[in-house]
Amino acid sequence: MSRGSTLAEKIIGRAAGHAVQPGDLAVVAVGMAMSVDSIAPSVIKVMREEFRIPKVADPEKVALFVDHVAPACNVSTAEGQAEVRRFAAEQGIRHLYDVGTGVCHQLMIDRGLARAGEVVLGSDSHSTAYGAIGAFGTGMGATDIALAFATGKTWLRVPETMKVELTGQLPAGVMSKDAILHLIGRLGIDGATYRAVEFYGAEDLTAASRITLCSMTTELGAKAGMIAFPQERLAEFGLPEWLFADPDAGYVHAETIDLAALSPQVSSPDDVDNVSSVDAVVGIHIDQVFLGTCTNGRLEDIHAAARILKGRRVAPHVRMIIIPASDDILKQSVADGSLISLLEAGATVSTPGCGPCIGRHQGVLAAGEACFSTANRNFRGRMGSPEADIYLGSPLTAAATALEGKIADPRNYL
Amino acid sequence: MARVWKFGDDIDTDQIVPGRYSPYMTSDADLPKYAFIEFRPEFPKEVRPGDVIVAEDNFGCGSSREYAPLALKRCGIAAIVANSFARIFFRNAINLGIPLFEDPAAVQALNDGDVVELDAAAGRITVGGRTIELRPQPRFVQDILAAGTIADYIRDHGRFPGE
Repeated sequence: MSRGSTLAEKIIGRAAGHAVQPGDLAVVAVGMAMSVDSIAPSVIKVMREEFRIPKVADPEKVALFVDHVAPACNVSTAEGQAEVRRFAAEQGIRHLYDVGTGVCHQLMIDRGLARAGEVVLGSDSHSTAYGAIGAFGTGMGATDIALAFATGKTWLRVPETMKVELTGQLPAGVMSKDAILHLIGRLGIDGATYRAVEFYGAEDLTAASRITLCSMTTELGAKAGMIAFPQERLAEFGLPEWLFADPDAGYVHAETIDLAALSPQVSSPDDVDNVSSVDAVVGIHIDQVFLGTCTNGRLEDIHAAARILKGRRVAPHVRMIIIPASDDILKQSVADGSLISLLEAGATVSTPGCGPCIGRHQGVLAAGEACFSTANRNFRGRMGSPEADIYLGSPLTAAATALEGKIADPRNYL
Repeated sequence: MARVWKFGDDIDTDQIVPGRYSPYMTSDADLPKYAFIEFRPEFPKEVRPGDVIVAEDNFGCGSSREYAPLALKRCGIAAIVANSFARIFFRNAINLGIPLFEDPAAVQALNDGDVVELDAAAGRITVGGRTIELRPQPRFVQDILAAGTIADYIRDHGRFPGE
């Protein structure tokens, strides 16, 4: 039975050199494979010791980032970073983005390393972000990334695709983060396991908002999150003319989200799918607010927070930590004055990178503390003590929460 | 004789090995000591080579950190039987040669602390005199596990799975 192809099937088919169907195993050319300071030392070891291949297949198709603990916080991380730098030098890898340049996923997109129509691999689960610019981006472990470095290829099972249609316009005070949290709440954290998620109706959101959507599909268990741009608008977005899902493509499931009906959403401890409208959690005491990460550390996120906090003060007991997702975003937010508004409101700024998202530095939590974060995971112990609580939400909700020192509805401040 | 360590739904990689205990932050040699260090602190002290993990839905969700299944492998975990696995964990564990079985009936039949005998290659587990035939894995998984690890598979076959 012949039918059309989804975006995932088209991209994997091109990278494999033949048409594919969901469930097939395919061997594909990898457009770019990337790793980060926390995992790259393992990748290097596996490449040399397990696969016994001394050189990467193509240094132009390898990217390395020092972002997960940047700058280093102890001798062990410093040694790991030194090894990454040595490896890049000896292998002739010029795509090395060192301390302060920013989060891997932001740079993969902004510096053109993840390209539309290609299979792109990262040793980080949020590599699904690249679907926002038309790549099939997926996260894999150190062994798979080592194999991709060494051979320029990978093998994968072609995923089934789930369709998510966005309708209407986001109301004031609601961001794409709220839409993806709502979807995760609706489907659960294994709601798209092994599947690709294709978003329709996202082309008129901002580019930054589309990255947030695709990035967090990994919180549904998805293999990839893709924006389906309308065929007639591909040129406008600078995308290849073939990069559209066929009208008769096959989907295993479909969901619709009415953006206009959404309220700000909050994910409460300890799983990302524990999602409610902000109303249900208003008033919960918060000690730290973290604005940043690959999910929500972009310029529009800093602007959103500044919109609420300009001319106001964060609650005296709140530590508000801002970490721009890249050096460019940091510079832009300095130049346009949004960052100074946040500093004057009582926030502080750390080096562009992953920050305290993984609980390793720059804002680790103590027992009994609660953090409101714009990041992507609130698993117990992720940001520090297993007796700390993590709430997730949008930059607007984070800013309102910082202001009140307890979870707050941003719509009251717009 | 081996014992069953049973877990519930959605055991994420931060529960298996918190990011703060990664080899990058600590040391590679210490990795097995950190398996379930906060979620189930008795696990790294009491686990014995050959023990079996049994879990409900979506085992291993969250990050791509391969050191989560690697820690379990180095503790000597002989197999993981779950209702379902998260995608990246599944791939990482198979690459490392840890036998995974998706078998809800077996999960239901096995309890924490059960003493079992496992024949992973045959896909068979015996508990209290009753032998359970585990649901067979997909062919490509069987082939990788038969070789040992993905590195062994590629060395032996000279090609990728599916090539």
